[in-house]
Amino acid sequence: MRPWQYDPLLKVGHLTMRFGGLTAVDNVTFQVARRDITALIGPNGAGKTTVFNCITGFYKPTEGTVELRQPGPHDFRLERMDDHDINSVARVARTFQNIRLFQGMTVLENLMVAQHSMLWPASGYTVGALLGIGGFVKAQNEAVEFACHWLERVGLLARADEAAGGLPYGDQRKLEIARAMCTRPLLLCLDEPAAGLNARESDGLNELLFSIRERDGISILLIEHDMSVVMRISDHIVVLDYGKKIADATPEEIRNDPSVIAAYLGVPDDELAEVEREVHL
Amino acid sequence: MSALAETGKPFGQRLQSALGDAVIGGLIAFLLFSLLLGLRMVDKVTGLTLEPRPWLLITAVAIVFFGRLLLSLFVWQAEYPITKPFAKFFTREPFDRRDLIVLGSVAAISGVMLLFRNPIYSLFAIPILLFLGLGSLRRLIVYFFPDLPYARIFVTVGLLFAIFFPLSTYFLEKTFHLGLPLRYWFDLAILVLTYIMLGWGLNIVVGLAGLLDLGYVAFYAVGAYTFALLATHFGLGFWICLPVAGAVAALWGIILGFPVLRLRGDYLAIVTLAFGEIIRIVLLNWTEVTNGPNGVSGIPKPTFFGLPFTPIAAGGGETFSSFFGLKYDPLQGIIFLYYVILALALFTNLVTLRLRRLPVGRAWEAMREDEIACRSLGINTTVTKLTAFATGALFGGLAGSFFATRQGFISPESFTFIESAIILAIVVLGGMGSQLGVAIAAIVMVGGFEALRHTDWLEEIFGPDFDPSLYRMLLFGAAMVAIMVWRPRGLVAARDPTITLGEARAIPPDLVKEGRA
Repeated sequence: MRPWQYDPLLKVGHLTMRFGGLTAVDNVTFQVARRDITALIGPNGAGKTTVFNCITGFYKPTEGTVELRQPGPHDFRLERMDDHDINSVARVARTFQNIRLFQGMTVLENLMVAQHSMLWPASGYTVGALLGIGGFVKAQNEAVEFACHWLERVGLLARADEAAGGLPYGDQRKLEIARAMCTRPLLLCLDEPAAGLNARESDGLNELLFSIRERDGISILLIEHDMSVVMRISDHIVVLDYGKKIADATPEEIRNDPSVIAAYLGVPDDELAEVEREVHL
Repeated sequence: MSALAETGKPFGQRLQSALGDAVIGGLIAFLLFSLLLGLRMVDKVTGLTLEPRPWLLITAVAIVFFGRLLLSLFVWQAEYPITKPFAKFFTREPFDRRDLIVLGSVAAISGVMLLFRNPIYSLFAIPILLFLGLGSLRRLIVYFFPDLPYARIFVTVGLLFAIFFPLSTYFLEKTFHLGLPLRYWFDLAILVLTYIMLGWGLNIVVGLAGLLDLGYVAFYAVGAYTFALLATHFGLGFWICLPVAGAVAALWGIILGFPVLRLRGDYLAIVTLAFGEIIRIVLLNWTEVTNGPNGVSGIPKPTFFGLPFTPIAAGGGETFSSFFGLKYDPLQGIIFLYYVILALALFTNLVTLRLRRLPVGRAWEAMREDEIACRSLGINTTVTKLTAFATGALFGGLAGSFFATRQGFISPESFTFIESAIILAIVVLGGMGSQLGVAIAAIVMVGGFEALRHTDWLEEIFGPDFDPSLYRMLLFGAAMVAIMVWRPRGLVAARDPTITLGEARAIPPDLVKEGRA
């Protein structure tokens, strides 16, 4: 058994997603361990984002299970839950490949919206807060404090009152992570968090992800194309190609895996049969 | 325009490209107008014949040709556009000598034109002089008091005016007998306030939640009919029925909300449009209940804590005038109606402003910005959409209930699609999501429509045959096109943040999503 198989937080089992005749994800099984950074990599069109969308409920998988095992006795079957419940009940948060901030709202407002599942009952489902009953003010102050905590961690506290759409690209990426963290998740799914960042910003991102794992004890599942980032930060890598899992190992093993190299670089025609035999195609 | 902005070229080259552009413009105008203006169908004894009108056609084409030529040379391609000094009235840029020469000569020419006392000259000169005068006044105020909170002053003055307008004019009239058309003024003010309230109600759905609703009038109708039927069948009064009508309309908001949950943008607009029509057609055909096209009449007026505004109370009790020892005057009832709708409108506004700062309001705005991101953050968009529809419908129902009591008679005629369109136009022109913008747009649209009824001065200019009311819709459309060209996101397009750590700064309009997604 590999270390991530003992007590995983997320178990993806035999996940298959078909769009009409196209099988985007084909019988993929992997685990995400607690307090690990797990990377999901693969060439373009390998089905990484589809797997993400199945985990976070934006797609309903055609077959297979997605199981989130809480620290307590509760397990969640994510493939049966609504997308918003996956965040508010099962506590899985995500970011998007093309940043999806609320551009016309301020940085702080973005983080306040993220705490909706906590504030909405606290406002007495609006009626209480309209009539001034219940502890909405206290809850809102706590929410602002929590938002400020995360703004400080991503270094955006000074820009809290600016429109999110007006921030530079790198800051928007960081804000999206802070917004996901404001939903108080157990599992954070990041879709290409380093895309479009320069080397320095990318280092800052690594720091942030490490601190999320160490300080907050949160597991991270990320899709990434930048191999230098992936190799440096991940504890465990899952490789997809044409919707199939072709490798599932530590970064060192992945680095030397011929099937992964073949998937990424392609192989000369005369070696194809040999490689295919190795990869068990 | 931008393609033509070839400044810095020698004059000959600019003239050449301007001429080419004007020729193309003239040709297009000729093609368009040759049938529209150039020919006229005349009913003669010999039958229908075509009468050519070459001079009209030539004039129209010449206006397009020379207008485009002049605009090209002096505005679009000019190193210093001649319109720039005028635009400076809206900014804080200092005027230089060139600006002063242009503005001075324009003012002088307009002044001379006025001296001729020719109505057509005045038609051009008066607006120009008004613009120059008001613009200079604005610049002077901004120059001497650069840091006043203008928006807040504007709102305060507007609110004070709205509160004291009927009472002060009423007492002026009673004391000095000026012969003011008070009845007409109050009726118009009530109409404007009704549209402000409807605009604010629809603003929740379209402006905040970003759900394009073309059938808002349905909720207005539901509110009106709920009150009218309860009052005529069960003898219930306005104040009891008001919350009931609001609740019934909100319920219908939810009923409409369910089928359209998965729809967005254009598709949503079409279904809401259909919903509006369904409600109207049901009202028209369900004769046993709604009395069909004949409508419901005899709807009671609201009372002042049980005191009716009538000369004599029906049951022999006290009336408003007898209780307070006043002489009976029908205007009292109208002033009371004015304050009722003012209170309802302000209530709508206050609730909306408060909701924006609550989780539900933030979720509405977040949904307008990005629905998928909302779902990823654990926001139940189904609930969020339904609350938006219900809240918007609630205020529509309250306004409808008021409409029924004010008119005393309602029929399906009052709830046609054009009403929905006007309310939506108010929201879009005012600036989606902006409460102040919607109020200004309602005043301009409804008041402007009314002002166009009083266009006798146009008859003086164009002769007694000219019927200005025929051109109302044309002027109206032109005004809307103008606003959409110059302020495509509405009059007040910037968005105020709902929560800040430091000082609040408005969010530039180009970042804020419009109610389409």
